Amino acid sequence: MSEALVSVKHAVKTFQAGKGMFGQKRRVHAVNDVSFDIIEGETFSLVGESGCGKSTTGRLVNHMLTPDSGEVWFHGTDISGFTEKQMRPLRKEIQMIYQDPYGSLNPRIKIQNLIGEPLLIHTKLSAGERLKKVHELLEVVGLTPMHGERYPHEFSGGQLQRVGIARALTVNPRLIIADEPVSALDVSIQAQVLNLLGRLQEEYKLTYLFISHDLSVVEMISDRIGVMYLGTIVETAPREELYGNPRHPYTQALLSAVPVPDPTKEKKRIILEGELPSPVNPPKGCLFHTRCPYCQEKCRQERPKAVEVGTGHTVKCHFPDILRSGAAGIGQP
Amino acid sequence: MADMENGVISPEELPKAQSRTKAFIKKFLKRKAAVISLVFILFILFMGIFAPYIVPYDAATPDYTALLQGPSPEHWWGTDEFGRDVFSRLMVGTRLSVFTALAAVTIGTVIGAVLGLLAGYYGGIIESVVMRGADILFAFPDILLAIAVVAIIGPGVINVVIAVAVFTVPSVARLARSATLTEKEALYVEVARSLGCRDRRILWVHIFPGAVQSLIVNFTMRIGTAILAAASLSFLGFGANVTEPEWGSMLSQGRNYLVTAPHIVLFPGVLIFLTVLAFNLLGDGLRDTLDPKIK
Amino acid sequence: MAEKLLEVRNLRTEFKREKGFVTAVSDVSFSIRKGEVLGLVGESGCGKTVTALSIMGLLMGTSGRVTQGEAWLHGRDLLKLSRKEMRSVRGRDVSMIFQNPMSSLNPCMRVERQLTEAILLHNKCGREGARARARQVLEAVGIPDADRTLKSYPHQLSGGMSQRVMIAMALSCEPDLMIADEPTTALDVTIQAQIMELMLEIKEQRNSGILLITHDLGVVAEMCTRVVVMYAGRIVEEAPVTELFADPVHPYTAGLIASVPKIGSGVRVLPSIPGSVPDLSVMPEGCKFAPRCRYATEKCRQSEPELTAVLGSPTRKIRCHVFGGEKGGARS
Repeated sequence: MSEALVSVKHAVKTFQAGKGMFGQKRRVHAVNDVSFDIIEGETFSLVGESGCGKSTTGRLVNHMLTPDSGEVWFHGTDISGFTEKQMRPLRKEIQMIYQDPYGSLNPRIKIQNLIGEPLLIHTKLSAGERLKKVHELLEVVGLTPMHGERYPHEFSGGQLQRVGIARALTVNPRLIIADEPVSALDVSIQAQVLNLLGRLQEEYKLTYLFISHDLSVVEMISDRIGVMYLGTIVETAPREELYGNPRHPYTQALLSAVPVPDPTKEKKRIILEGELPSPVNPPKGCLFHTRCPYCQEKCRQERPKAVEVGTGHTVKCHFPDILRSGAAGIGQP
Repeated sequence: MADMENGVISPEELPKAQSRTKAFIKKFLKRKAAVISLVFILFILFMGIFAPYIVPYDAATPDYTALLQGPSPEHWWGTDEFGRDVFSRLMVGTRLSVFTALAAVTIGTVIGAVLGLLAGYYGGIIESVVMRGADILFAFPDILLAIAVVAIIGPGVINVVIAVAVFTVPSVARLARSATLTEKEALYVEVARSLGCRDRRILWVHIFPGAVQSLIVNFTMRIGTAILAAASLSFLGFGANVTEPEWGSMLSQGRNYLVTAPHIVLFPGVLIFLTVLAFNLLGDGLRDTLDPKIK
Repeated sequence: MAEKLLEVRNLRTEFKREKGFVTAVSDVSFSIRKGEVLGLVGESGCGKTVTALSIMGLLMGTSGRVTQGEAWLHGRDLLKLSRKEMRSVRGRDVSMIFQNPMSSLNPCMRVERQLTEAILLHNKCGREGARARARQVLEAVGIPDADRTLKSYPHQLSGGMSQRVMIAMALSCEPDLMIADEPTTALDVTIQAQIMELMLEIKEQRNSGILLITHDLGVVAEMCTRVVVMYAGRIVEEAPVTELFADPVHPYTAGLIASVPKIGSGVRVLPSIPGSVPDLSVMPEGCKFAPRCRYATEKCRQSEPELTAVLGSPTRKIRCHVFGGEKGGARS
């Protein structure tokens, strides 16, 4: 196994959420003790529902945010304490693809200048050389040089997402953080973009941090997956292991809740009761105990540590074995 | 077929690129009031430059044989108490009245925009200083502020420009700041930062073009206010030398003959009114044209 | 077979654009029976929402208008009703649930006021009666603390809760037909599962009909009894849900179903449909799907096929020159 390109160690990030009645500060625990590694060349996915902290984690990795505590290592360096200036040369190593292609591309700038912008910032290429590179990349992502003359509003969502991908590729990054890159797209276009991402990973030897709420998309694209709930990763496992043998009750519920596009399939659905607790006052003990169907006394008192239950398979649960019989095998065909 | 699987998009699929300028002109031409205003403003600006060479009478030469005459074929808009042709004086006065306002608003807008952009982008102490300063200036009525400035630095055309510019700055700064704050929140600005853009590039390439539209509209509208202010200052005697033709001072001097020769007041008044109205209508039209939500 | 609740015939809706009119929905016919969930499926811009708005008479204030067609409900053609008559139909006979519960509720009004007002519009039960009914419907949609919810403002509710309130509001006058436009799209999967369960339960209890508009084939498979697939403003295929997924006949339906990633399939490259949806103002001649269809022939590019029954299957219809008239599964 090759070494970790990214290594997040016990990262914590909180945001201020207004003041309480007596002036005490209330804080949203967006990311609460998150640790994971991303191996060079793999696709690591963070999956979870809205508000689980997956996007915040992504922004910690690309240093748009800095952790309150914990470390973020990139390629052998702890970048969590880096200043913006120290970070600048690393910016070209880490590129980002966003959910909203309309919002992430400046509407007043031509496509070719948008794609060429990272080159302008990070290299000393001349305008002609930049344009040549831009044209190459447009073709790589399935567009033509003619598209470069246009403005973003003239494109459809799927086409713009291709532009976003081309832009991320310009400076030969090592890591691409893709934050819900296909959630805003229609299914037929979503498939096109996912296939493109897969092809580019092989061609450019990319490492992906893929952030998504869609378990079926995640299964298709990932090598390893971390399931997030209320700011923490409750389960990490290789793909087959996670879908075939989910051990955390939340993962099981999440998997069983995904609608299956096959009306003949019998489903044992675990319907989770209640709502997500507020991240301002995360529950004591296990973060999931308020909704867990198997909750025990210990779960209310003590926060579980990550335990290894298989090769590369860790779970933050006190009773990962009791649940084995639960809904295991949901993902199996 | 392999290409098709990857979803290659042929250029024919895109509609023909439309030049942005052309689209803008086409959209603007639909706004009749704004177009008429623009024509009127162009006429006024033309007069401001060429009036001294083309008007039928010299603006300063008195004609004691034709005092206080009403409009006639010889003197379209009549004559004043020294027998000077009102039409010629008004046209020549365009230079002082309108160009003073133009200069003042330009200076005010540039300073205000830079201050507002910096305040909005950097926040912190810069923002506090700029915005509190603006708040203080806002506490005075515009014209009072201008009078105060002229009272301190003395009357004269240049000082009127400075006075009007001073009271233009805070409103522009406030506008530029709020536009910057909106743009700063845009996802593509964060994207630019994550790409490694420096502050200067983010500010001028990504934020400023987004703020510039509202500044243009504001600029146009402010000119109307500035013309009024400059005219008011002249009316009160703080502006140009009384012998020089200027709309405000003509109005002021004509006051004494309001009953016997109302045309001396009427024509400058109507001209000021129309010019201010034209600039406001043009501003409205520009705002609608620049708003992508309005067809 | 159960009686028909709603029958839509030849619906055509146009929108005014800068250069003349564009057709958003054309030749749309379908019916919903009691106790049935009919799925209206398609990608964005295919006309599924416009269809619902046309039926509900909610196009006012947009540049759209219905130019042709009928929508029969309880012996009345909804498209011919006056505004006032339509107002009494909405809520009482048909109610609608929208995608974004947060923006469908008025942020400045307590839930109680919004619910009772909806009830009072169609019932003469008085304030007290309306309040009792509001509490009752909130309990019916599984809100545990109905009294507290009644006293809250919408922003104090979570997404799942506000969607429950919207459903409660839709239920308050016991309509026979509910039109749900992407009711779970804005919600998380675990909450989506709760809401889907709830809607099915309510339908069972009351034997009402649901028109479910969605782009999510997973939701369709789990909820619908019959499915209508739309593309570019036309119905391209209609079939019972199991048959549609087991054996899609129209190339678009087949492509759509194939391009959805399925858990446990182990697929790493998805089959995708090349190209993108045509713009309303530059619709291709002939079959609207022809430019993206790998089976397209010259005939497809020239004339638009009719929606016809699939041979040997009384319940299925398809709009296709190539596969029309064939029994499904003929394609290799």
